[in-house]
Amino acid sequence: MHTLTAEAKAQADASLAGCVRLSTARPGDRGVIADVRADHTHEHGVDAHELERRLLEFGFVEGARFELLHEGAIWKDPIAVRLDDMRIALRRRDAHDVWVRLDGQ
Amino acid sequence: MSEAAIRPARVALVGNPNTGKTALFNALTGSRQKVANYAGVTVERKEGTVVTAAGRTLSVLDLPGTYSLRARSPDEAVTRDAVLGRLAGEEEPDVVVAVADATNLRLVLRLILELKAVGRPMVLALNMYDIAQRQGLRIDLEGLRRELGCPIVTTVATRKRGIDELTARIDDLAAAGALSQANAWREPDAAEIRAAHREAQRILKAHVRPPERPDTVTGRVDAVLLHPVAGLAILLSLLFLMFQAVFTWAGPAQDLIDAGFAWLGAVVGGALPDGLIRSLVADGIIAGVGSVIVFLPQILVLFFFIILLEDFGYMARAAFLMDRIMGGAGLHGRAFIPLLSSFACAIPGIMAARVIDQKRDRMTTILVAPLMTCSARIPVYTLIIGAFIPDETVGPGLSLQGLVMFGLYAGGIFSALAVSFVIRRVFWRGAVEPFLMELPTYKLPSAENVLRSLLLRAQIFLSRAGRIILPLMVLVWFLSTFPGPPPGATLPAIDYSFAGMIGHALQPLFAPIGFNWQMVVALIPGFAAREVAVAALGTVYAVGDAEANVGALGARLAESWSLATGLSFLAWYIFAPQCVATLGVVKRETNSWGWMLVMFAYMTTLAYLASLAVYHTAVALGAG
Repeated sequence: MHTLTAEAKAQADASLAGCVRLSTARPGDRGVIADVRADHTHEHGVDAHELERRLLEFGFVEGARFELLHEGAIWKDPIAVRLDDMRIALRRRDAHDVWVRLDGQ
Repeated sequence: MSEAAIRPARVALVGNPNTGKTALFNALTGSRQKVANYAGVTVERKEGTVVTAAGRTLSVLDLPGTYSLRARSPDEAVTRDAVLGRLAGEEEPDVVVAVADATNLRLVLRLILELKAVGRPMVLALNMYDIAQRQGLRIDLEGLRRELGCPIVTTVATRKRGIDELTARIDDLAAAGALSQANAWREPDAAEIRAAHREAQRILKAHVRPPERPDTVTGRVDAVLLHPVAGLAILLSLLFLMFQAVFTWAGPAQDLIDAGFAWLGAVVGGALPDGLIRSLVADGIIAGVGSVIVFLPQILVLFFFIILLEDFGYMARAAFLMDRIMGGAGLHGRAFIPLLSSFACAIPGIMAARVIDQKRDRMTTILVAPLMTCSARIPVYTLIIGAFIPDETVGPGLSLQGLVMFGLYAGGIFSALAVSFVIRRVFWRGAVEPFLMELPTYKLPSAENVLRSLLLRAQIFLSRAGRIILPLMVLVWFLSTFPGPPPGATLPAIDYSFAGMIGHALQPLFAPIGFNWQMVVALIPGFAAREVAVAALGTVYAVGDAEANVGALGARLAESWSLATGLSFLAWYIFAPQCVATLGVVKRETNSWGWMLVMFAYMTTLAYLASLAVYHTAVALGAG
């Protein structure tokens, strides 16, 4: 239920048209962070708002440019992302809450 | 006025991780440093002093690195509380020095805005300024100073540049006195963090021009080091190299220390009249101090690698590569570093678990850290393998003894992963914490900083582990010396002592796993520290100076134990929680007797079961 609502809400949001979750990005993908929203659908050790704040503190903030640099050997996880001029590693499950607009879309 | 001018001031260094904060601390305070713990918590408190040109003594605190005052780990909580003046037993700092990596200002600017809200007098140290200049990064220092409302000093901590100016600016603020404004800081919500980011972005845009020659080295190195296949291969090779070094480099130094203490014991023993005092000094105290110091070479070699890789920027990459592998067992990628340290000694390993933000991830790491084969087990392994495993080669360059040693290490690693898997699946289901980590730019480590960190580790080991091991050694000496043998006794003296009595009493419990009473007696002193078991076996088997004379003791054991018993003893030592110092550290780090008892109980159970299985398998195969 929760999954559907969150997904549907995000899709219905016009500002996210053409955006994808960072968790689905491939190495070489680049673009702009469109939205960081606390709607995560995984069971998580911290609540959604806490995850949102942590992502923000590491620089996942709307408007920041990103490029997916590397992914892990097993299940392509975690991922290493260039965020403006820094490099951040995170798991795909945590990247789920970050919406990005890929270049050329 | 002059009195005010020389009033000492307290200074706190605050900044993101990887900004060279510790290098700056070293450059400021040099060798005038001391390390302790904050009251009530186990976070290392590093303080040093420096005298400014104006003659003011500054006591400088190196606070743990953080991205936000909104603390998420015990280390970060110390930083927050120290800055806010809320830390029990600590006075608030007179001046805060915000340390920033000049090439990476975005996140630290947001932290600086938080620090500004706290209202303490602040100086911004733009560190690694030489790299910024090399990259052609232009920072409008005057504009930034106006914008942030605090003095700015450019520094190159590794070359000690800008240090005098930094102390001068701190001195200015301290001399002006009582500049602190009311604290307006509170935990920001998401909207406030976004607003702070926008503000930081605006400041950055207005006063910093992006580098003309941005760093490309890190990207190119990462292409290799983070490569899914090559990266893992390099990581494994590095680990292999580390172990080789721990054994081959530390070995000669350890032999020297052993020989030195044996000589000292003999000389001092010879100078004292025969009797209890001589026995206490030579066998109790000198041997006890020796048994602590003998581990220093291994700890130094291991930490040399860890510090080097950390300063180079590789440790975060190792955590990245290991995260999924560790994650499969329910461990955090960062648990890699504490678990690696545990190969030297579980004590620094358990203490290093502080880098993990989340309590559950931390607890799991602490609970399994002692399963990693610490260096204190090596003497036991060496002795038993030497005595029972034939010195043969089973292939080109593969010795059977080496293979068994490898198997014991692998057994420890495998059981650590299995135990954390069980903890995660059975006790703490579902709750997986976020894993967010900066991958810092690669930097060449500075020899001085590596050396200082290494000395610090040595100091911590000697003062903490030493303080526990030494009195225990004396206690063990007492238990194995009193009461003395009756006149006309034929057996070794220890047979009549308290240790002998305890060994005999407990022996029936250990009979199913093939231990004889001598082994049980050796386990008692082994409780003080695992490696002491070797010396204790030497005592019960009446082999003089067993640690320097492993060959003779091994031969004696090979005569009196069956192969099954020897293997059972090895299996016991993979798991055995027999180290009071480790249990003490767990108690302190978890702040709970409960966790300590859980660890003791589960490890003893595993040790017993493993020995039981090994012993009976070996007996069934005809090795009894």
